[in-house]
Amino acid sequence: MTKGWKLYDQRLAWILVAPVLLLLILLLLLPIAMMTVYTFFTFVTAGVESAVLTFDNWKEFLTDSYYHGFLWKTVRVGAITAVICAILGYFPAYFIWATTFRHKWLLLLLLIVPFWISFTIRTFSWIHILGEQGLINVVLIRLGVISEPLPMLYTEGAVIMGLLHFLLPYMILNVYVSLESIDRTLIAAARSMGCTSAQAFREVTLPLSMPGLGAGLLLCFVLAAGSYVTPQLLGGSRDALFGNLIYDTIMGQLNWPMGATLSIVLFVLLGAAAAAYSRYMGLSQIMKGLSA
Amino acid sequence: MKLTTTKRLERLNERYANGDISRRSFLTLTAAAAAATGLSMPWMGRALAAVSEVRFDGWGGVVQEAIDKYAFQPYTAKSKVKVVQGTFGDENEIITKIKTSKPGDFQIVHSSGVNYYIKYVNGGFNSEINEANIPNMANVLTAMIEPFRKITPKLSAVPYDYGTTGIAYNNKVISPEEAKEKGANLLTDTKYAGKIGGYADMTTRVWYAALQTKQDPNSIQDMDAVWAKVRETRDLAKKFWSSGAELMDLLSRNEIVVTDAWSGRVAALQQQGQPIGYLDPAGSYAWMEDMLVLKGSPMAECEELINFMLDPATSIAVAEGQNYPPSLDPTKVKLTDKIAALPAFDPTGSMKSLTFADPLYWAKNEDAWTKQWDRVSKGA
Repeated sequence: MTKGWKLYDQRLAWILVAPVLLLLILLLLLPIAMMTVYTFFTFVTAGVESAVLTFDNWKEFLTDSYYHGFLWKTVRVGAITAVICAILGYFPAYFIWATTFRHKWLLLLLLIVPFWISFTIRTFSWIHILGEQGLINVVLIRLGVISEPLPMLYTEGAVIMGLLHFLLPYMILNVYVSLESIDRTLIAAARSMGCTSAQAFREVTLPLSMPGLGAGLLLCFVLAAGSYVTPQLLGGSRDALFGNLIYDTIMGQLNWPMGATLSIVLFVLLGAAAAAYSRYMGLSQIMKGLSA
Repeated sequence: MKLTTTKRLERLNERYANGDISRRSFLTLTAAAAAATGLSMPWMGRALAAVSEVRFDGWGGVVQEAIDKYAFQPYTAKSKVKVVQGTFGDENEIITKIKTSKPGDFQIVHSSGVNYYIKYVNGGFNSEINEANIPNMANVLTAMIEPFRKITPKLSAVPYDYGTTGIAYNNKVISPEEAKEKGANLLTDTKYAGKIGGYADMTTRVWYAALQTKQDPNSIQDMDAVWAKVRETRDLAKKFWSSGAELMDLLSRNEIVVTDAWSGRVAALQQQGQPIGYLDPAGSYAWMEDMLVLKGSPMAECEELINFMLDPATSIAVAEGQNYPPSLDPTKVKLTDKIAALPAFDPTGSMKSLTFADPLYWAKNEDAWTKQWDRVSKGA
């Protein structure tokens, strides 16, 4: 043992953790604290605010149903996206885990390939698929299935589709990592004790993969609810999410105090979702999923 | 009161930053003072280093391509000063960036006229220019300069071009006769529901709603009627576009068949052979754009660049390239036939045929209307 130090020495732990702690304080806590202070500033005119402290911004948020409506809509779209991701993502993850294909790494690589292309470009690609002159409408019209183009682009459905495209790999990776940690002898034991394949899946595999599914749900919900680009590009004027409200308040109205207030609200909402997950499932599963 | 050397140097720096003295005089005086006292200030190194580039931020697309090709590239070849360019889709976006950056990071902005000029002035982002250093300003239309001077007697911006936001329509679907007959009301024609577009901008939406409700956009009496019309357009619209590129994309892909649109962008589409017609209805929204100099900019170089841009040969070439008439007075400078044929061009130079937004009236209502527009645009 090194002289004067013990394994798990508290001083050593603090020294090792200090750089990250410092970065967290400087790059996360301090900006959030500054944003919080800004929520109490007074908006004077576009681009100008004064340091006269007021509760007006909070009062406006708490009493104005316009904001509540968008907050609810953001939660709804985030939840729908996360649930669809879970339904669509579980099966590919299960397949990759269960397959006896020799080059399993290739399947995992395919999951990561979309990340090599810019997120914005991937989102834009949906315009050429869902638009009136897009792939789907052109094919359906040429096949004679429809006579008028279907209104698919600039709808909430298009926004959810874009979010699914972006978030599905996160869900699959999380579930896959969770499945990988299951001791396969447990399934063999269940089968040897008379379980059918479906029963073994229902009684053993599914419950043991729940932490991964939960982590995927949390990640997909948080990322969907906090998204700004997808609703901006694929949604119509009514399909904005809370992130778009924040953008418009800060960049359009140049009202930083109100924009800061809305930002803190979204931060608290998403933080609460993460805290609830952490309380019941633990955050370690997410780390596993992200490092897969 | 006796000035300390430090204070004197700081004042000298301020005078230079404000454009009150030339860069050469500034450097001579600074070097003399520094040599005499053995003193140096933090900004001396930056100032003494020759300015090798000027930062410009504009609207991108065909407009900025024309400015780059006909103004910036020749200017760089002549002066060896490079023009570093950035773009924005919405001017509030660049104002936010300016607000969060240090003076000098952004220097010249291709700004949207007087309405936005007030925002820069209110935020204290502007820098006074020395008009004596821009002799080509003598050719600029007085009618375009005056609104700026009403806000700040000493200017921080020079008008550069103007245009209109009229009605663009697909002439395979809508005939010119129908467009002329319906005018601004085309944007609320239920016949084209789901094929209507519009600029996602409060001023444009309120302006057209005022015309649709037969009100003067510079003196709106019934705001409820205006918002009702804005909602009507919103409900019939397929998409409110937010950049020139998006507008051109929506029109050329037939996603929309009618929209309010920027005259220059429509002219560019027409030159590409797209079947797009353009109409300025009575009271159509006219606007001007200016080259605005920001605080902390190298004033001598910025003024020199703006003067170069206002040179008739340069200004005419840019105008033809971007399809917007220049701010040059046609009674003083002979403009080309191509410019004379551009939408919104005023051959008299009086600008009386165009309806501009009254800056003071709109500034008074801007905050409340922008907030309401944000809500209406999202379904409220």
